[in-house]
Amino acid sequence: MTVVRVRHWSVRFRTRALLVGLGCVLAALALGVLSVGGGDYPMSPADVLRTLTGGGTPAEDFIIGELRLPRLVTALLVGAALALGGAVFQALVRNPLGSPDILGVTQGAATGALIVVVVGGSTLALAGAAVVGGLATGLLLWAVAWARGAHGHRLILAGIGVAAILTGVNGWLLTRGQLMDAARAVLWLTGSLDGRGWAQAVPLAATLAVLVPVVLFGCGPALRMTELGDDTAAALGVPVRGLRTVLLVAAVLLVSVAAAAAGPVNFVALTAPHLTRRLTRAPGPNLAAAMALGAALLVAADLVAQRAFTGHQLPVGVVTGALGGGYLVWLLATERKAGRL
Amino acid sequence: MSTAPPSIPTTQEPALSVIEPSPTAPAPTATPPPRRGRPAARLAGLLAAFLLLVAVVAVSLAVGAKQLTLAEVWQGLVDPDSPAHAVVRQMRLPRTLLGLLAGAALGVAGAVMQAVTRNPLADPGLLGINAGASAAVATAAGFFGVAGVDGYIWFALAGAAAVTALVYAVGGGRGATPARLALAGAALNAALYSYVSAVMLLDAASLEKMRFWTVGSLASADLATVVRVLPFAAAGLVIALAAARPLNALALGDDQARALGARPAAVRAAVVVTVTLLCGAATAACGPLVFVGLLVPHLVRVLTGPDLRWLLPACALLAPVLLLGADVAGRVLGRPGEIQVGIMTAVLGGPLFLHLVTRTRAVRS
Repeated sequence: MTVVRVRHWSVRFRTRALLVGLGCVLAALALGVLSVGGGDYPMSPADVLRTLTGGGTPAEDFIIGELRLPRLVTALLVGAALALGGAVFQALVRNPLGSPDILGVTQGAATGALIVVVVGGSTLALAGAAVVGGLATGLLLWAVAWARGAHGHRLILAGIGVAAILTGVNGWLLTRGQLMDAARAVLWLTGSLDGRGWAQAVPLAATLAVLVPVVLFGCGPALRMTELGDDTAAALGVPVRGLRTVLLVAAVLLVSVAAAAAGPVNFVALTAPHLTRRLTRAPGPNLAAAMALGAALLVAADLVAQRAFTGHQLPVGVVTGALGGGYLVWLLATERKAGRL
Repeated sequence: MSTAPPSIPTTQEPALSVIEPSPTAPAPTATPPPRRGRPAARLAGLLAAFLLLVAVVAVSLAVGAKQLTLAEVWQGLVDPDSPAHAVVRQMRLPRTLLGLLAGAALGVAGAVMQAVTRNPLADPGLLGINAGASAAVATAAGFFGVAGVDGYIWFALAGAAAVTALVYAVGGGRGATPARLALAGAALNAALYSYVSAVMLLDAASLEKMRFWTVGSLASADLATVVRVLPFAAAGLVIALAAARPLNALALGDDQARALGARPAAVRAAVVVTVTLLCGAATAACGPLVFVGLLVPHLVRVLTGPDLRWLLPACALLAPVLLLGADVAGRVLGRPGEIQVGIMTAVLGGPLFLHLVTRTRAVRS
């Protein structure tokens, strides 16, 4: 723990956590430059940087500014939003597996989007329906689990039940559509960055601009105190119930808006907070570092998805799903061995 | 060792509290009501369950896009010339038989899993075993071009076996609380379903096949399917029933069970085999179904108590009642088409699950 004091102000931080966070930001940017440079018109990293700083030819400006940069920005923002939402969820339910893709929020967003796919509607309507679906699921969870006392395990179980119901409903919606619509819906359900641009990035950036300060600076210190237990936190002056409600709403919004932008990209919300904790070795939710890592993770996954098979682009969700699934099995084994499961 | 274990297994007691006492009812007492212990009453209960099953089977044969009277159903069954023959023999009889088989398999698998993991939330659907089977089937359909239950069954069994082993490794020992085990299963489910949707995404042909199968449906049943999965399900049921008595002993703890003559390792191995057979067969035939294996044992335990020698047969009789009932409801509600039974069980079973975990003491932190 390092403390920096400048006259009346002081900042406390963990050196290692700060370094990990900065390292992840740098990694995300470096991977981003690589990702922007690749494609049918390959560019060297130096060319990319020159174009980004305003020295490119008109053609390069168009390719990067109009085609590739929006996708990269969307990837960074989606990764950060999913990771922050996941970190908050895991802290709320006090379980490393309690991420929104397991507790039904993602499935709720998918239900909203699938209804639009089956009924027919614009991309904008699909994004809006995803947000509404995610929020409605969050509200349902809140009503079911927290109407009678806020317990992490109750939220977990309610979430699992809701997720199972919604998985059934989503499967039914998939069978209602035509095959073309179903293919589009499955693509959306997996999560993909193909064709994402400023129209997706801007709403997401606005959501993050509002919610990140609320979560990081408004709720972060109090959230760390709740790790001492509800009673202790309450004795230390934390309004536990109100805090949880605010955080739940914020996390659900983050995940839903991210899902609206790129689809519910699997397992980023689950793995990013975990990997962060392992890297920083710090207790607590590590929210800022998790965001940076999530962004780096998603950009890396997108890079793999674009380059792994020449001539055939995978949706990014397939890559995160495969990586996340493997990580999960390993996690189950180690958590079990460590007696935490 | 001719005597049954002397006391009710303590670890299963929470499940008894599924019924909440109403405000006017007397407070629950520690000792179970005496009548439930009598074999005669239990036999009568099993008989009632059987009659209920017969009634549901009759309804399942009669209800559908074309409504039939019971007389027409009988005519259709026995008389090849009757107008109802095609409907009854080729469509409703296979799906009813499949519902019987899959229901019994999942109900018994759920009861056995709850007993051996000592976890009231163990369910082949929730813990990912059915999803493991469907991931294997997706692999078969997507990469090997396998179609139809003949090919699916082996893949489904392999997938179910792999996940059963994993769940057993994670949740078989002490220390896994219900919430944590359920969470591990849910995470596993999410991973496996993301794999299934990736396979569907890469290959439009398997999407067309799989999107109906992954929902869980009895609609595609024919007699060949039933015949194909029958041996696996029957073997699983027989092993489960044979393991009932040692499983009762196991509920007292490994040391006590050994003292009573049971071999814990052998019993657990038998359970893994049983669950694999039952879930693999049910999933290969009608897709992954959730909640049947979870809810039926909880509902049945209220009637029979925790003794598996009675619980398992009762589950085998009453789980098909739930599954066929859900199927019939799906046919009635979805007219002129139908709502697949997997959706009906999720939508009917989900709220019951939520009730179980939030409103009762069945699951404690």
